[in-house]
Amino acid sequence: MHALIQAIILGILTGGVYALMASGQTLIFGIMKVVNLAQGALVVLGAYLTYTLFTTLGIDPFLSIIITTPLLFLVGIGLQWALLRPLHGEDVAQLSLLVTFAIALAIEGALSVGYGATLTNIQPSYANFSWTIFGYQVSLVRFVAFVLSIVMLGVLYFILRRTKFGRSVRATVQNPMSAQLLGVNANRVSALGFGLGAATAAAAGSVFGMLNSFNPGSHYDLISRLLTIVVLGGLGSIGGSVVAALIMGVASSLVSALASPIWSDFTFFIVLLLVLLLRPRGLFGAKTRGAL
Amino acid sequence: MKRAITRIGVVRAGVFFGLLILIPILGGPVWLLNLLIFTVMYAALSSSWNLLGGLAGYPSLGHVAFFGIGAYAFAITFSSGVGNGFSPFLALPVIGVAVALLSLPIGWVSMRTRADVFAIVTITFLFITQTLAFNLTSLTGGAQGTSVAPPPFDVSTYDWPFYYAMLALLAVAMGISFYFSRSKIGLSLATVRADEDKAHGVGVRVTAVKLIAFAVSSGLVAMVGCVWAYYVGFIYPQFAVDPLITIGMVLMAFLGGKGTLWGPVLGSFILVPAQEFFAQTFGASELYLLAYAAVFLVIMLFLPRGILPSISERLRRRKLAAAGDARDAAQLAESKDAVAASKTEVA
Repeated sequence: MHALIQAIILGILTGGVYALMASGQTLIFGIMKVVNLAQGALVVLGAYLTYTLFTTLGIDPFLSIIITTPLLFLVGIGLQWALLRPLHGEDVAQLSLLVTFAIALAIEGALSVGYGATLTNIQPSYANFSWTIFGYQVSLVRFVAFVLSIVMLGVLYFILRRTKFGRSVRATVQNPMSAQLLGVNANRVSALGFGLGAATAAAAGSVFGMLNSFNPGSHYDLISRLLTIVVLGGLGSIGGSVVAALIMGVASSLVSALASPIWSDFTFFIVLLLVLLLRPRGLFGAKTRGAL
Repeated sequence: MKRAITRIGVVRAGVFFGLLILIPILGGPVWLLNLLIFTVMYAALSSSWNLLGGLAGYPSLGHVAFFGIGAYAFAITFSSGVGNGFSPFLALPVIGVAVALLSLPIGWVSMRTRADVFAIVTITFLFITQTLAFNLTSLTGGAQGTSVAPPPFDVSTYDWPFYYAMLALLAVAMGISFYFSRSKIGLSLATVRADEDKAHGVGVRVTAVKLIAFAVSSGLVAMVGCVWAYYVGFIYPQFAVDPLITIGMVLMAFLGGKGTLWGPVLGSFILVPAQEFFAQTFGASELYLLAYAAVFLVIMLFLPRGILPSISERLRRRKLAAAGDARDAAQLAESKDAVAASKTEVA
């Protein structure tokens, strides 16, 4: 029982970080109808930026989010502007998907050139500190990471609900054509949306780098998990992706604790398969969404 | 849409395959044969991918999973017994059919989704297969890899059997692609690609043709995986189920022109040597990945429809323009004649 509850706590804390990564990805899909296969690579890029800031300038990994997030926001806007906007023709969706894969490869390649393929880890002094509450271990890093993810999700929610940009994003998600007719600049919304998605990846990356060892190739592991989460939550639904991330965090943590860590990744695939068999549009996906 | 067997088509295929068959016999250098094996391998893979991704419009990103499954099935079957020689090649069709049957339920589940979600599902399938290859250590040897008993071929012609096997598989893949384009299956696949719901509405058996394309395509890829496994000898999960192989198949089909017979072949004969050149220039280092990504992006941005469709479009336009010019000229001449006639009449 103790192991079970411990695993659930761990799962929820990890799920929060996944929620942050996945919310960015599902936001991008909602706005542009592009499945961003580079989201994992952007997270790893964020992790490496944090690592560099920490090892060379001694900036605290949590604080470095203030630097990495705006930086990747700009990178995201640049990528959308340079590589995704020029695409046109009948199968834009397919092409965009492949272009994001190419971006992922390019980021992996660039990081390999800069850092090599060895596994690294961001180790601040408090990395191994943990509290014991009612006999359960709660690691400081995981807890702060979880809280931080919730705060970032709150910021995202605020942007989408309370700002003019957020309104145009929501309008675009609901109906791109009418949104444009009502004066929403689709290009601008897409660019800012991609930037925002990349920014969530940056924030999540700093945290990810403290919780896991990573190398430039880590994005494959991440993207396979993220895809499961966004499909389970329903593509385009941010709320859905948060719920799905928590479910998957707990599920994989349980499998890892009760069965074996090597099968924890497998939980993701089994869940994905079940979702597709039973409810292909996911938990909160809109029924009319073209892709499904 | 029925594609005719034209004389030029037969000559083109005859010259292409004739040349490839002759190269080892005429004594090409070893590096050339080695390069050709991988070029033809990718041409076969890309042509097989094209049956599903190009003709049916279902862009699978997980096809390398079947490549890996084929490779492991082969390696596990022929792991022991030195001196297997040529007989393992006879097992190719068996493994191909087995993998094709295995792929049916996978195809059925994944093709409940469309376009980009289908791509997600298939890429996840790739990761599933890779995880299994790593984790089922008793079967696959896990990260330690597994090996195939080396064949007792003569050193001077060691590469030949693998080369001809790859070439045969390419011929089969292209033959099936050609057959599809002449048959009801190809027509049905074209309707699925254009508008699946409408096709279903007018009575096209969409599920059946999609599954046929999926199974045939997977089975062929698996057979290529077998030959690859026999050739390289040692297989590891990260190489047998390498996302870059999937991307290679897709990219080559896109470059040459997906949905066309020769497009994937053309794409492979451009990209594989280019890839080899990068590998030689940058070593097997990380710059290689960057160069690859750059080529990838350039193709997607500037040649999204592929070389062959772009060329045929241009030719068609030129022909139309020529026809238009001829018509204009004819009209002009006619009107001149009319004017002249009226003038003479007046005179």
